[in-house]
Amino acid sequence: MTKNLRVKSSEYIDETNRISFKFNGRTYHGFKGDTLASALLANNVHLVGRSFKYHRPRGIMTSGSEEPNAIVQVNPGTNRTEPNVRATEVEIYEGLEASSQNCWPSVEFDIGGINNFLSPFFPAGFYYKTFMWPASFWEKYEFFIRHSAGLGKSPTSSDPDIYDHRNIHCDVLVVGAGISGILAAKNAAKNNFKTLLLDEKNELGGSTIFENNEFNKIDNKAPSEWLKAEIKELKNIKNLEIKTRTSVAAYHQYNYLLARENLTDHLEAKDKTNKIRQRLLKIRAKKVILATGALERPLIFNNNDRPGIMLSSAVKKYSEFYGVACGSRNVFFTNNDSAYESAISLYNKGINVEAIIDIREQSESKIVKKVKEAGIKVYWSHTIVDTAGYKRLNSISIMKLSNDGTSVTGSKISISCDCLGVAGGWTPAIHLYTQSGSKLKFDEKKQIFLPNQNTSEQISVGSCGGDFKIDEIIKNLNQNLKDNLNIKETDLDNIKVEIDQENSKRNIWLLPSDKPLGKTKPFVDYQNDATAKDIKLALREGFRSIEHVKRYTTTGMGTDQGKLGNMHALGIIADTAGVKMGELGTTTFRPPYTPLTFGTIVGRNVGKFFDIFRRTPMNDWHVENKAEFENVGQWKRAWYYPINGETMHQAVQRESKAARESAGILDASTLGKIDIQGSDASEFLNRVYTNAWSKLAIGKCRYGLMLNEDGMVYDDGVTTRLGENHYIMTTTTGGAANVLGKLEDYLQTEWPELDVYLTSVTDHYATASLCGPNSKKILKKIIPDLDLSDENFPHMSFKETNIGHIQCRIMRISFTGEHSYEINVQASYGKDLWKKCMEAGQEFNITPYGTETMHLLRAEKGFIIVGQDTDGTMTPIDLQMDWIVSKKKYDFIGKRSLYRSDTMREDRKQLVGLLTDDPNIVLEEGAQIVSELNQSPVEMLGHVTSSYFSPNLKKSIALAVVRGGKDMMGKKLFVPMENKNINVTVANPVFYDEKNERLNA
Amino acid sequence: MFLINCPYCGERDQQEFKAGGEAHIERPKQPTELSDDEWAEYLFMRKNIKGVQFERWNHAHGCRKWFNMVRDTSNDEIKAIYKMGEKPPTQ
Ligand SMILES: [Zn+2]
Repeated sequence: MTKNLRVKSSEYIDETNRISFKFNGRTYHGFKGDTLASALLANNVHLVGRSFKYHRPRGIMTSGSEEPNAIVQVNPGTNRTEPNVRATEVEIYEGLEASSQNCWPSVEFDIGGINNFLSPFFPAGFYYKTFMWPASFWEKYEFFIRHSAGLGKSPTSSDPDIYDHRNIHCDVLVVGAGISGILAAKNAAKNNFKTLLLDEKNELGGSTIFENNEFNKIDNKAPSEWLKAEIKELKNIKNLEIKTRTSVAAYHQYNYLLARENLTDHLEAKDKTNKIRQRLLKIRAKKVILATGALERPLIFNNNDRPGIMLSSAVKKYSEFYGVACGSRNVFFTNNDSAYESAISLYNKGINVEAIIDIREQSESKIVKKVKEAGIKVYWSHTIVDTAGYKRLNSISIMKLSNDGTSVTGSKISISCDCLGVAGGWTPAIHLYTQSGSKLKFDEKKQIFLPNQNTSEQISVGSCGGDFKIDEIIKNLNQNLKDNLNIKETDLDNIKVEIDQENSKRNIWLLPSDKPLGKTKPFVDYQNDATAKDIKLALREGFRSIEHVKRYTTTGMGTDQGKLGNMHALGIIADTAGVKMGELGTTTFRPPYTPLTFGTIVGRNVGKFFDIFRRTPMNDWHVENKAEFENVGQWKRAWYYPINGETMHQAVQRESKAARESAGILDASTLGKIDIQGSDASEFLNRVYTNAWSKLAIGKCRYGLMLNEDGMVYDDGVTTRLGENHYIMTTTTGGAANVLGKLEDYLQTEWPELDVYLTSVTDHYATASLCGPNSKKILKKIIPDLDLSDENFPHMSFKETNIGHIQCRIMRISFTGEHSYEINVQASYGKDLWKKCMEAGQEFNITPYGTETMHLLRAEKGFIIVGQDTDGTMTPIDLQMDWIVSKKKYDFIGKRSLYRSDTMREDRKQLVGLLTDDPNIVLEEGAQIVSELNQSPVEMLGHVTSSYFSPNLKKSIALAVVRGGKDMMGKKLFVPMENKNINVTVANPVFYDEKNERLNA
Repeated sequence: MFLINCPYCGERDQQEFKAGGEAHIERPKQPTELSDDEWAEYLFMRKNIKGVQFERWNHAHGCRKWFNMVRDTSNDEIKAIYKMGEKPPTQ
């Protein structure tokens, strides 16, 4: 069975370097320079996969990234495994393993193949139609579909490879290193433009590098020879960076492109370690030159998908570039001259070509004559009506095509063959062009979409711009370069090009068969098994928009994005609907052009670099003392400090009691701090807070509530007046950045006349909050010289002093209702300060407490937490905080909104306290509150926002928002839960020390 | 991904900026004088144009300055950028 189809040595294949690899468990040999596809073909392996829906045997179709069929799993079962890789892009190396996807138990015998025989039951939209009902069965259907579809498998252990990102700025980016790209890059770089040239393949030169049509000459040399000399010259050009194995995945606006550079995928496992596998290049280019080439189109005819049926250009590349014969009895099927070039290429290498089937009536070009001279039979005006061979093509049937191309006549001729090269003309690769937002137009004569309206600094050159002949390419490229790079002379001015001029083509989107369409299988999208029949069915069922037809039939929805078949899909729709292609529009090509690995996308941002986090200066102490942490915004905050295996509840109960009975200490460094200076600072605060600030004395602190312009509470915190024109504002931990942004916004845009300057100083200070009846004694030990009497240092005041030689700011403010101090020092002294407090507090059993205890203590006092008890729909009035809203001030942010009819409604949700009738039941935060249990539908009055078991009150307490709650004091309500209804009573939200006596205790 | 020419810093990647909605909506000087409808007009009503739109942008991760931008929302072409307080360019 195995035979060697290596024909003649190729300069791109190193036959001294023999490589063994495994495919579907079997060992094969290839050479350095082979792709998995070329090596398999050299071993006469065509069958590489099964199609998605019908599980039909499929073979290698192309030689590039547009491959729809040869999709393999690389290195299955290892942590480096990767699904959905195109065999045409995998460079083989010693030890490579690959396997077919989408088949079970094996590619040779696939149970799903039964779908092929059931295919009349699998029309377009089959999945949509069949699995719609009953809805509850969907899970079972999904399992069945996924199992039998058997797409590739993702690795189950973590990726051992390293990925990287790199930013590149260049004057000129050239995408594609075929003849146009090479000449463009060379001339750009020579004219002092910093130039980057990218190509997805490992060798430069595109298809011209194996272009040996003897009738085409550049400067009297074969194009391939001429281009090789040009490539050699590239290496000596300054300003030019060349990257191969680099595929541009996305072309965004403003010439921002993302490319994936493959660095180790072609290396043996031992050479992969400790190297960067793939690098995402983030490129900003002043100008982009797209030289992405063109993709050969297949032809759409009955059973056009058998293994052995390939693109004509691929058959040629395998022979010329890789030195591999794809078959021993080759036939070509074409609508233009390029199949003749492929045929001659094979002929020159001694590979047998049986015949060429041409749907045209004739062609007079030199290459066609050469084919005839070579004795290869040409069937003019013929089409293939059927093919045979299940796992490998073994024959084709042809018939004469009618003049209008819609039917066949005469008798059927059968031709035996094992490889069919199909040439349907060329489609410019305009994918990246359209991604950039630029617009195409349809050229009715050439039957292709061409770049039309550029939206960024870009040009499309070569065949992606619609020039297919070398003389046109060079002439238009030269003019384009001069116009767009503003240069006078180029290398291209004096090039002499001779070419074979004939350029005729006959375009038929769907070729007829002797059977009715319903009995045929003309595949349009190979990967998704969409046939011309499906597209026509969609149109019959009323689909009109190309985007809808695409989704309904799944045409173009595979990993190849329908690179081969999209044009035919459009053509068939246009023909069937009787409209012009240009009027139909094209489908949208979205990034990535070829699939990207997740690794490349995330780059270095994995593991501990996945997300940024911030730590306070006291963090090490918390870690050493076994704190549990919680995330608050980006901060890691100490949550609670369990000792001797305490649960969170136990720890929090202990911490809460200690803080009220003796002394507690909290790391409050994360609170946002904004330094406010300027002669209008007081006026500014008047405008941003709801209460009055002008009369706040220097050295005093005040609590402030900040609203949005819609009247809803936005943030809160204590602000201290440090001097005549100097304040320090604190914000919530999570709100710091947004508050600063909002204040800047007003200062810069609404009130530019105010003399105010804002600086974020959150990270500059470390803050320890010392609280409890013994806090004063502890502070006294730390700063003996400071007069801590209520007269000299009352509640809501501030002192600037020193601890030893360390300057510190102390605010006597309280978020717990206890006598407490917030001590701020320069961040680098934070840990020292903390240790000093712990040391001085030892005799008072000072207890460090975390955010959970802080929340509990403030809830006992009925203090809100913005974002927990509020959700952007609560006004200060809703929070029963009318006292903080100035009636005298003419204006402040959000004031007017407090008098809107909606914000003044009596039945808005309002903040209340809730007590459970059974004091041991702790409500769930988020639980719904109702007044009637037997109503249907039950009316939701509100929900629980904060809930704790208070060790100080020895009962459960909760804050809640309840519709009209303000007037419900003492009312009995219910909190219905899954298994029980909890009886609750509306209460004053201040549960503890209502008279605030403890502040001065 | 836009390349935005901050009037204070020069060209920077879009990631550094925050969009701030429609431009040239001035906060009323005397909100208390306005009817509910007039206040609602200021508070809620935004145009969301398909085409040329005047917008506010902030160089949030840079100089923190706010500025105005004229952008065609249909193709994201930035037509002009000018500082706060400057007159919008006439077309
Ligand atoms: Zn800036």
